[in-house]
Amino acid sequence: MTTAVLPAPKSASPTWQWFRDAFRRHPTAIVGAMVLAVMVLTALLAPWLGTVDPQTLAPIQRLKPPSGEHWFGTDMLGRDVYSRVIYGSRISLTVGIAVAAFSIAVGLAIGLVTGYIRWLDAIVMRVMDGLMSIPSVLLAIALMALTKASVGNVILAITLAEVPRVVRLVRGLVLSLREQPYVDAAVAAGTNLALILLRHILPNTVAPLLVQGTYICASAMILEAILSFIGAGTPPNIPSWGNIMAEARSLFQIAGYLILFPGLFLSLTVLAVNLLGDGMRDALDPRLARRM
Amino acid sequence: MIVYVLRRLGATLIVMAVVALFVFSLLFLTPGDPAAVIAGDVATADDIQRIRAKLGLNEPFLVQFGGWVGRLLHGDLGTSIFTNLPVTTLIGQRVQPTVSLTLLTLVIAVLIAVPVGVVAAAKAGTWTDRLVMGCSVLAFSVPVFVLAYLLIGLFSIRLEWLPVQGYRPFSDGLWPWLSHLILPSIALGTVYMAFIARITRAAMLDVLSQDYIRTANAKGLAPRAVLTRHALKNAGVPIITVIGIGIALLISGAIVTETVFAIPGIGRLTVDAILRRDYPIIQGVILLFSGVYVLINLLVDLSYRLFDPRIRY
Repeated sequence: MTTAVLPAPKSASPTWQWFRDAFRRHPTAIVGAMVLAVMVLTALLAPWLGTVDPQTLAPIQRLKPPSGEHWFGTDMLGRDVYSRVIYGSRISLTVGIAVAAFSIAVGLAIGLVTGYIRWLDAIVMRVMDGLMSIPSVLLAIALMALTKASVGNVILAITLAEVPRVVRLVRGLVLSLREQPYVDAAVAAGTNLALILLRHILPNTVAPLLVQGTYICASAMILEAILSFIGAGTPPNIPSWGNIMAEARSLFQIAGYLILFPGLFLSLTVLAVNLLGDGMRDALDPRLARRM
Repeated sequence: MIVYVLRRLGATLIVMAVVALFVFSLLFLTPGDPAAVIAGDVATADDIQRIRAKLGLNEPFLVQFGGWVGRLLHGDLGTSIFTNLPVTTLIGQRVQPTVSLTLLTLVIAVLIAVPVGVVAAAKAGTWTDRLVMGCSVLAFSVPVFVLAYLLIGLFSIRLEWLPVQGYRPFSDGLWPWLSHLILPSIALGTVYMAFIARITRAAMLDVLSQDYIRTANAKGLAPRAVLTRHALKNAGVPIITVIGIGIALLISGAIVTETVFAIPGIGRLTVDAILRRDYPIIQGVILLFSGVYVLINLLVDLSYRLFDPRIRY
């Protein structure tokens, strides 16, 4: 037996090649992922990015426009806006990721069970319909009005607003998956319910949920900013992008930069997450990619 | 048909009952004493007791809920803790600005988004299409209040074309009314437009791949006639559905938009109520907005036959 020696590939490492390949097919998604990675790094490395304590007051330095000393200017209490915006990324990302994780976990659990057990389905779905008919901002406002302002409560409020949508999605998937022949086979083989759900149904919901998760993350970040902006979100003493903009509400005519910079960071981060989500959707479901 | 309408109406009632039960039981489900939270940090034990009595928190749950629903069915949404005025009166005073804003936004958004979606589908894969899709992702990513401030900064402060903030009732004349609503409508409508345009495009692409479209093209019909009369009409059901579902975006957005533009509508009422933790107002606003949302979507469901006579109820 002769062994043919293949010519060594010309390109560099396989990782680089994979990356170039992915970039060619989903350029926007890769850009989104990179921007998001930069934002996550920014949030993690906030203390080392030339920031000062975002809470330090400097009344003499009030409302200074952007300059070499204060890149994004200072607010009405003389706090450095650059530092506040950089630290603010922590809140937005925490809320976005936490809400995505929690609402998918809860929605998945409810959706799997209700999709498979018919009598439960009718009851649970009526409750979900009810929750879904309350616009999400209002639902979160109602919760925030009755609890003390904290990041945890913001996450809880937004999660509650997002769960019904996940339940809907999972239930729909389960309803079609349960008719698949391999599920019938599992039933015929005497597999118990929990095992059918976990082994045969659950794995097939992962891809759509991953995509849904990115959209939830994006909308949660916007919702957090909206809640903080109208005074029903993150406590005012924590610098979040929404809070920085909320404080600038009455000052925007003289200090527009107070809204511009956090707004820009927020929009950019949400855009990155959305692009990543679109790319994942296209990669996981090429049939849909052509249409959306 | 009548059976279907009745059944859908029944389902709507159940949904509203769930909303009412949820909004009411939040007072009990939230951790801690809601009366203490509402009263604030400087409240005395007396204040808290007064609020407890006012919210009826001293009675058993079912007695309270029964009484509340009974009053609700008589059109009584309770009284505001802060102003002592009936919630219905407070909402009534604020209806006009909110209805003006949302209706104008709805009309502008549909008139722009549907044609844009149709064009994007007709030119699928071209730069026009990519531009539309790109803009829609962008629109999903910029929060409504950031967009609102950008618009104010450009058109009101820099160019001085339109008023910065405020609202004028319709009775002051068409232009004063309209000029105060143009920027709010654009800010509020952008996400909604992106949403409608995307679904319109997807629905049109689905229809455009059908055999009867090829037939229509083959028999030499003008492309415009094929797009509008043959394709758009058949894509009507998903489009009207998304217009209905998107009302939720308009309602959520209106709360923020009214805050930025200082429009004295129901949204502002809600935001003021949050700051004072005036829960009866928030309760009333949620019931009202959810009711409107559910009713509009019921009408949307019933309108399907206009677009597709094959649909049997």
